[in-house]
Amino acid sequence: MADLTLRETAARTPAWLEWTLIGLGILALLAAPFFVYPIFLMKMLCFALFACAFNLLLGYTGLLSFGHATFFGGAAYFTAHAVKVWGWPPEAGILLGTAGAALLGLVMGFFAIRRQGIYFAMITLALSQMFFFFCVQAPFTQGEDGIQGVPRGTLLGFLDLNVPLNIYYFVLAVFLIGVFAIWRIVNSPFGMILRSIRENENRAISLGYSVANYKLAAFVMSAALAGLAGAVKAIVFQFATLTDVTWQMSGEVILMTLLGGIGTMVGPIIGASLVVGLENTLATSGFPVTIATGLIFMVCVLVFRRGIVGEVYARVMKRARKG
Amino acid sequence: MTMIFGIPVQAFLGQLLVGLINGSFYAMLSLGLAVIFGLLRVINFAHGAQYMLGAFIGYLLLTRLGIGYWPALVLAPLTVGLFGIVVERLALSRLYDTDPLYGLLFTFGLALVIEGIFRYYYGVSGNPYAVPPLLSGGTNLGFMFLPNYRGWVVVASLIVCFGTWALIEKTRLGSYLRAATENPRLVQAFGVNVPLLLTLTYGLGSALAGLAGILAAPIYQVSPLMGSDLIIVVFAVVVVGGMGSILGAIVTGYMLGLAEGLTKVFYPEASNLVVFIIMAIVLLVRPAGLFGRDA
Repeated sequence: MADLTLRETAARTPAWLEWTLIGLGILALLAAPFFVYPIFLMKMLCFALFACAFNLLLGYTGLLSFGHATFFGGAAYFTAHAVKVWGWPPEAGILLGTAGAALLGLVMGFFAIRRQGIYFAMITLALSQMFFFFCVQAPFTQGEDGIQGVPRGTLLGFLDLNVPLNIYYFVLAVFLIGVFAIWRIVNSPFGMILRSIRENENRAISLGYSVANYKLAAFVMSAALAGLAGAVKAIVFQFATLTDVTWQMSGEVILMTLLGGIGTMVGPIIGASLVVGLENTLATSGFPVTIATGLIFMVCVLVFRRGIVGEVYARVMKRARKG
Repeated sequence: MTMIFGIPVQAFLGQLLVGLINGSFYAMLSLGLAVIFGLLRVINFAHGAQYMLGAFIGYLLLTRLGIGYWPALVLAPLTVGLFGIVVERLALSRLYDTDPLYGLLFTFGLALVIEGIFRYYYGVSGNPYAVPPLLSGGTNLGFMFLPNYRGWVVVASLIVCFGTWALIEKTRLGSYLRAATENPRLVQAFGVNVPLLLTLTYGLGSALAGLAGILAAPIYQVSPLMGSDLIIVVFAVVVVGGMGSILGAIVTGYMLGLAEGLTKVFYPEASNLVVFIIMAIVLLVRPAGLFGRDA
C-alpha cells in the first residue's frame, strides 16, 4: 500500500532555515501581545498546536485522520467540566482534558488502524461523528448551549489567569512545550520508525516492526497533543461548545496543515495562523467562511500540494543544488 | 391491538418503513460511491453535496420555472451528472497519478463550496417540496397504512440499484468498466478510451447522487445541509460493506437502514449511533468489510 502515503509532499527540511525561522518566530511571539489583540494570538496558538499535533500523524506517519475534532473538542469539554463543575484548578483541568483526549485516541485508533488509506480516513470521520452525536445527547455537555462561563482561575495557585498577559504567556509556554514535544518525537528513533511506515509500510513490517503498535502509539500521542490544544482553548475562551467536535473542525485542521505544508515543522503553524487570520477577516465581511475554506482546499490540492513552507523549502533546495 | 415484542404492530411497521426508506438512500448513495471508487480510486466526498444539488435543482425548477416532479426526475440527475463530468475533466483527472487521499481532500473542498453557496442564498432552514399529485395519498395494506410516495421511493431505489448493477455486471460497457478497474493500462492498449470511461463513470456516480436527491426532496425537506449529515453515515455504510462489490454496497445500505429503523423502535436514543456501532463491530470481526476483498 505504498501508494497510499503522502510521501511526495514531505519536503526535506534544510536545518539552518528551520532554526532561523524558529528563533525569529519565538521572538515575534514574545513581543506580539504588545502589538496584536492577545485573544486573537491565543486562538492562533491553540490552533497552531492543534495543527502540529495533527501533522505528527499525517506528515510523519502518513495517516490522514478525519476525526481530530473529537480530541480537540472532547478535551475542551472535559477541561471545562472539571474546572467549572468540579472546581478544579486550570492546570489539573488541562491535564484531565489531555488525558481524556489520549483515551479517546486510544479507542478511535484501535478501530481505525485496522484499515489503511482512504478507509482509515472514513473510519475516523465516522467515529468522530459518533462522538459528536454523543456530545449532542450527553447531559454534561449541555447540548446546544455548551459549557459557558468557565472560570480561568489561578495557575498553580499564584498566577492569576484573568490578567491578559499572564494567560498569554501561559498559552505561549504550552504551545512551545507542545511543539518541542512533537519535534522530539519526530526526531527520535521512534519518529524514524514512524517515517519508515509512511514511506513503505510493508517494508517496515518485513523489518520486524509491529507497525500496528507504532501507528496506535502515534495516534494516541497526536490525540493527546490535539487535546492539550483544545483544553487550553477552553480555558482561554471560557467555554466549550459543539462547534469544536464537528466534522468541519476536523476538516479545518487538515486545511491548516495542507496549506502550511504537510510533514514540515513550521508549516502547520503558518497554515493555522493564515486560516485563523482569514476567518477573523471574513467574519466581519459577510463572505461565507465555508466557501473560502473550500476554495483554498481545492486550490491547494490542485496546484499547491507541498503547501507554503514545502514550496519554499523546495525552492531553497533547488537553488542549493544549482549553486 | 396486535403487539410485537411489546410494541404496537403499527408503530413497529412504521419505523421499519422509515428504516427501509433511509436504507434506500443509503443504498443508492453507497452504490454511487462504490462505482466511482471502483474505477477512479477516489472517495467522492462531494457525494452528499451532489445529492443536495439534485434536490435543490428539483426545488428550483418547481418554484422558479414551474417544472414539476416528473421532468425534474430526469433533469436533476442529468444536470448533476454534467456537473460531475465538468469537475472530473477540470480537476479530478489531474489527480489520478497522486495519492488517492488528494481526491478525497479535493472533493471535500468542493462539497464545502457547493454547500457554502447554497447556505449563503437559502439559509439553513428546510424548504418543503410537495409530493407529486399522482403519488399523494396512501394505501391501506390492511396491516398498515403506506403513503404512496414512500412506496414509490422504495420501488424506484430498487430499480435504480439493480439497474446500475445490471449495467455494470451484464453489459458490454460494464465489462469495459470492470476490466479498466482491474488493469487500466492494458484496457487502454486494447483500444478502449479509458479517460472517457473515467469521465463517464464520475458523471454516472454524480447523477446517481442527484437522482437520490430529487427522490428525497418530497420526504425530507430540501435544505443545504441535507447532504453533509447523510454522507458521513454513508461512509460508515461503505466501511461496513467494503467497496469491492456493487451488490454488497446495495445490500449493506438496505440492511443498515433497517437496523436503524429497528433501533428507533427499541432504543430511540441510540438510533443515531447504531450504524457507527455496527461499523465498529464489523471492523473488529471482519476488518475488510462484509463484502470486501481488499484487506
